[in-house]
Amino acid sequence: MKQQTAQKPIIQIKGLHKNYRLKDKEAIALENINLDIYSGEIFGIIGMSGAGKSTLVRCINFLEKPTAGTVIFDDRDLSTLSEKELCSARQSMGMIFQQFNLLMQRNALKNICFPMEIAGVPKADAQKRAKELLALVGLSDKATAYPAQLSGGQKQRIAIARALATNPKVLLCDEATSALDPTTTRSILSLLKDINQRLGITIIIITHEMSVIEEICQRVAIIADHEIAEVGKVEDIFTKPQAAATKKLVYPESKKTQSFERGQYLRIVFDGSTSFEPIIANMIIDLKESVNIIFADTKNIDGRAFGQTVIQMPDDKRAVARIVAYLRNKNLTVEEVCGNDIQ
Amino acid sequence: MIFSEKMMQLLGMGIVESLYMTLVSAAVAYILGLPLGLILVATDKDGIKPMPRFNSILGIMVNILRSIPFLILAIFISPLTKAIAGKSYGSTAMIVPLVVSAFPYIARLVESSIKEVDRGVIEAAQSMGASTKQIIMKVLLPEAVPSLLVGATIATTTILGYSAMAGFIGGGGLGAICINYGYSRYEDDVMTVTVILLVIVMQLLQEIGMRIANKSNKR
Ligand SMILES: Nc1ncnc2c1ncn2[C@@H]1O[C@H](COP(=O)(O)OP(=O)(O)O)[C@@H](O)[C@H]1O
Ligand SMILES: [Mg+2]
Repeated sequence: MKQQTAQKPIIQIKGLHKNYRLKDKEAIALENINLDIYSGEIFGIIGMSGAGKSTLVRCINFLEKPTAGTVIFDDRDLSTLSEKELCSARQSMGMIFQQFNLLMQRNALKNICFPMEIAGVPKADAQKRAKELLALVGLSDKATAYPAQLSGGQKQRIAIARALATNPKVLLCDEATSALDPTTTRSILSLLKDINQRLGITIIIITHEMSVIEEICQRVAIIADHEIAEVGKVEDIFTKPQAAATKKLVYPESKKTQSFERGQYLRIVFDGSTSFEPIIANMIIDLKESVNIIFADTKNIDGRAFGQTVIQMPDDKRAVARIVAYLRNKNLTVEEVCGNDIQ
Repeated sequence: MIFSEKMMQLLGMGIVESLYMTLVSAAVAYILGLPLGLILVATDKDGIKPMPRFNSILGIMVNILRSIPFLILAIFISPLTKAIAGKSYGSTAMIVPLVVSAFPYIARLVESSIKEVDRGVIEAAQSMGASTKQIIMKVLLPEAVPSLLVGATIATTTILGYSAMAGFIGGGGLGAICINYGYSRYEDDVMTVTVILLVIVMQLLQEIGMRIANKSNKR
């Protein structure tokens, strides 16, 4: 079940450019970025290292002032705000980081109190809320532990609790799971998903890993060479990647050259309209035709199948027709391809 | 070697005076050096309030003061010492040149301690909407405490060394005893004992300072 998102952008990035002035030249970090991020959604921004992701996320809360263009957050144009107004706007945008960035000389509870101290929340109220947040992230027993005594996953949980302390509308996550092992990554992502659903907080996930996007995002923007290459629903991007940069991220396997024998091939595209079940195997049983699977890259997202499979067809023309009819009957997109453009 | 009662008293007073000069000078020098160090960090081109021009002028001034050897500086500023302390000799008067020569050094120590604070933690505070003042008071200083305490230990032991030198120009304490008895009157045993006492005081200050610094560190 896809969660229904309210169709009102909470963040609008408009014509945003960012250059860094180096000694002798201007270095472009971001070029003409336009994005609408809707209230309540989990939006992914993916790209290779150096693409400009961190710069973009730092522009969203104006830690970095754009060279041109602006960001509208919650109906306020950030470029028109004074430094003081910006500080208060930032209290509505929590942020978490790859390296957690906790205060090493404060214990977990006091780390969570920190943004509330900045916002001027009375101490007793702050402590009470910090304890609630510790419970939310499942670390009530670690209140007096210092960051040095916590594991990476625990540190990130404290950082999430800290980011939520001032009741932000948006949570910005810059490579929040990139320093964590796969199991911990999954638990942090499910915590974020839970927070999004329970508290309705809009989440922006910056990552270089497709698996992170696949796990929790509803929409995704692909950023390549300082520009947005493609934006769309995660399932569309997975099944019909348009931009070259996207294809590279979606099918990293296809970078390897595969040599196929001559013959007739069929590409079956899983676009999420079918459930994740062994369709090819069922077909072989039902039709009693044997096929050879040449290439398969399918993923299970929310129980639906995404991706593509390429099979080699039997020589018999009528058998081919039956296979195509069978698959079309299952609402799958199939196309015949010859050896060279399988990828 | 057995000293007369009078000599024992003298040595006791020497320790007290040395500690008095050292600790009071260190405290006053920190009152000047700590904010100066913070200003040096904050106004750095990569700092939280970049002011590169002002920063380099301030840096040059600090370096000029630091490059004058203590004894020369003390003699050079003796009119200032007299104006502030009323006289230019004795333990209390020596606090003036000790402070003047120590605070630029302390500013640099503070600067390097504060620069050790992780850039990411500062960014996190900025992302929460912290003002420059809040970043200094709630992030930079508290996060640097262990390193600042190590710096304070180094500064205090350095000042103790200067204070001993001040014996040459009319300062009090162990340095003065060493010079007045050991150097001028060739009383070698007094000289030896004062040197040993200086070493012990130095070791104690060092040990106490490092213990407090380590204890404060939660990393
Ligand atoms: N402060 C800076 N000064 C100069 N160049 C920078 C600065 N920050 C980032 N860049 C450059 O901008 C580009 C994008 O960097 P970044 O946003 O960190 O990429 P990503 O997070 O996608 O890896 C890189 O080429 C990087 O070298
Ligand atoms: Mg980055």
